[in-house]
Amino acid sequence: MIDPREIRKDFPILEQQVNGRPLVYLDNAATTQKPRQVIEALVRYYETSNANIHRGIHTLAVRATEQYEAVRGKTAAFLSASHPEDIVFTRNTTEALNLVARAWGDANVHEGDEIVLTLMEHHSNIVPWQQLAQRTGALLRYAGITPEGKLDLDEVRGLIGPRTKVVSVTHMSNVLGTINAVAEIGEMARQAGALMVVDGAQSAPHLPVDVEALGCDFFAFSAHKMLGPTGVGVLWARRGLFETMEPFLGGGDMIALVRQDESTWADVPHKFEAGTPNIADVVAFGAALDYLQDLGMGAVRAHEMALTAYAMEQLSSIEGLTMHGPERADERGGVVSFAMNPAHPHDIATIADGHGVAIRAGHHCAQLLMRHLGVAATSRASFSIYNDKDDIEALAEALEHVNRVFG
Amino acid sequence: MAVAEPQFDDLYREIILDHYRRPRNRGELATPSQRVEGVNPVCGDEIHLDLEIGDDTIRDVSYWGHGCSISQSSASMLTERLKGCSIEEAERVMGKVRAMLIDGAAPDDEIGDLQALEGVARLPVRVKCALLCWNVLKEGLQQATTAA
Repeated sequence: MIDPREIRKDFPILEQQVNGRPLVYLDNAATTQKPRQVIEALVRYYETSNANIHRGIHTLAVRATEQYEAVRGKTAAFLSASHPEDIVFTRNTTEALNLVARAWGDANVHEGDEIVLTLMEHHSNIVPWQQLAQRTGALLRYAGITPEGKLDLDEVRGLIGPRTKVVSVTHMSNVLGTINAVAEIGEMARQAGALMVVDGAQSAPHLPVDVEALGCDFFAFSAHKMLGPTGVGVLWARRGLFETMEPFLGGGDMIALVRQDESTWADVPHKFEAGTPNIADVVAFGAALDYLQDLGMGAVRAHEMALTAYAMEQLSSIEGLTMHGPERADERGGVVSFAMNPAHPHDIATIADGHGVAIRAGHHCAQLLMRHLGVAATSRASFSIYNDKDDIEALAEALEHVNRVFG
Repeated sequence: MAVAEPQFDDLYREIILDHYRRPRNRGELATPSQRVEGVNPVCGDEIHLDLEIGDDTIRDVSYWGHGCSISQSSASMLTERLKGCSIEEAERVMGKVRAMLIDGAAPDDEIGDLQALEGVARLPVRVKCALLCWNVLKEGLQQATTAA
């Protein structure tokens, strides 16, 4: 059972006032705040262990390497993955997906092949595939969304066929909150001989994830959306897949032997981590993983689901407010997007900010979805472990104020 | 003890809300000499301006688009203030509005209702909303001058 009041004590940033009100941070789908355990791990690393990793002989180099590599192990465990070598650290989810589209896509996707995506993808899971399609002459296919904001699985099934080379789907929509049946879609992809890529940027922070049970081939997510520092992303690949791929970036740390005209590559995962990585932030990410594991991802999910249900109940009583996405809290993560016409999302966010409530307004890097919904932007509140019912009530109070200004 | 309700009277002045609810000069012109548009890619706000310029005068101006109350009311007030103005006057008003929004300069009566946007200058993230139509106008006036 999660007690947000206790948890909040670990988050120094939440102690402040914004515009004369206690800060209510409801922009967690963009990035979460960091507990002092993570901040201290970052400082401790620089104060006690900083050195460049791998190949170093001296004590600090060995210590830094051990700490960095230990987080690879923790990340694998977090995903219920058997092998730490199947984890590659990137800068963020976007870079992880670009790695797949480049290093796997360029070698395996050809003219006339098909790439299946959905209309609810974040731009990070659209643009790299568009670029791949432009390089290769492959075709993009988009699965639609039901009126309730769920992925149309029949349409997905219909789109996946013999020409499909890769299916890339978000595990959880950053706008609608919809949790997609990625295991089922992965099975469709497998039967068609296509690869299944899962954008886990929104799911890994909020749901228990078992990549092997999901049956996907690649799973990508970002540390900063799950209490960790910015600048660290994760790409997990099914056993053996990384070995079949050429490097994404070339340079230091990713080579075995360098000769004048050609080089040979280091073993996986180092083959995909060219140059000095973000060592300190990876080490601090280890503290974020520990924090979440101590709470238990099942408990995190239960807390955020209860909060989402409460938010949907509170928001539904606000006049003129309509919510996007699935009606049932168990079919969605802790993300609630809404409209309050005629108040524009930016006006809503400005008034909420006046109440100390941080929400996001805009297209949420999901312009295809905005177009599908027939809106230019939405307002979005998104939850984390430190949020409680009081936060939802503060949001509701701010939204009542929106109605007083614009109603 | 209850905290006092935050105030938005300075930002969402009645004039702004009025122009947002009842936009003036909204729609296309039949025979515009200049048709210009601008989008704010960050927030998706969109403004189109139609200008009918002749004899160094803005004979008619209209706008359409979508976006927040600040971006849309700014455009509505722009059309109301500049319709029938000489280009020289329009440029002077534009300069004063930009100075108010960007530099926080005190507005004067020459800009009329647009003084209501003064409160926006305090919110850097919203300044671009109010400026959008003025950037579009600048392009339109440049086009007109080049064409002349």
